[in-house]
Amino acid sequence: MTVKNFEIIEKPIEVDHIIRKVEDRNAGAINTFIGTVREMTKGKKTLYLKYDAYIPMAEKKLAQIGKEINDRYADAKVAITHRIGALEISDIAVVIAVSTPHRADSFDASRYAIERIKEIVPIWKKEHWEDGEEWIGDQLENNAYPLGVPKEEDVIDD
Amino acid sequence: MIKILLFAELEEKTGKRELSVSMEMTVEEIRKKLLKDYPHVTGLASAMAAVNEEFADESVKVRQGDLIAFIPPVSGG
Repeated sequence: MTVKNFEIIEKPIEVDHIIRKVEDRNAGAINTFIGTVREMTKGKKTLYLKYDAYIPMAEKKLAQIGKEINDRYADAKVAITHRIGALEISDIAVVIAVSTPHRADSFDASRYAIERIKEIVPIWKKEHWEDGEEWIGDQLENNAYPLGVPKEEDVIDD
Repeated sequence: MIKILLFAELEEKTGKRELSVSMEMTVEEIRKKLLKDYPHVTGLASAMAAVNEEFADESVKVRQGDLIAFIPPVSGG
């Protein structure tokens, strides 16, 4: 079986497994970002989340982010796994591992990856609260758009 | 046949993950047809479109055997 560096899975993510994918003798750093399910958002208590994805396209877009990182940071190795399905508080939703020859690049590339995931990867989360549920509608996790259209001040140029 | 995929809020409000149309149309025309069939699903108007798993402009012609997906604002991570 070939190792997939960019994956959407339904089972719990094993962090060590993702890290191993980017190990390299010329790496001086491996930066690992772990995104977890938060309980309180702006005073609202999340009971659990549900993630859904357009899996084949999401894996393609994760691979594209990996390529963008390779174009920006020399000799970087990238692996990203995102989990979908029902997740509970503190569960790991995403793991990004980046190895680079020098530490600064690994921090920057890891940050770059998570921000890009929130822009271009077709994955959606639905928050379930005590008093309701809603698909979260933007990449900054701050606002849902009940009308499906962001208000003008919410549109980011970048 | 052209397969149409809907996700998240769009899937929930239409009650459909998958639809199809038989005629070749542009992305814009498919979007308009869906908005006519599901006028309460306002998110269809602003969702991005992807043809064969790549983001596509409104003018792109969707051909027989193609797959078009409507992608509401994403919230992964």
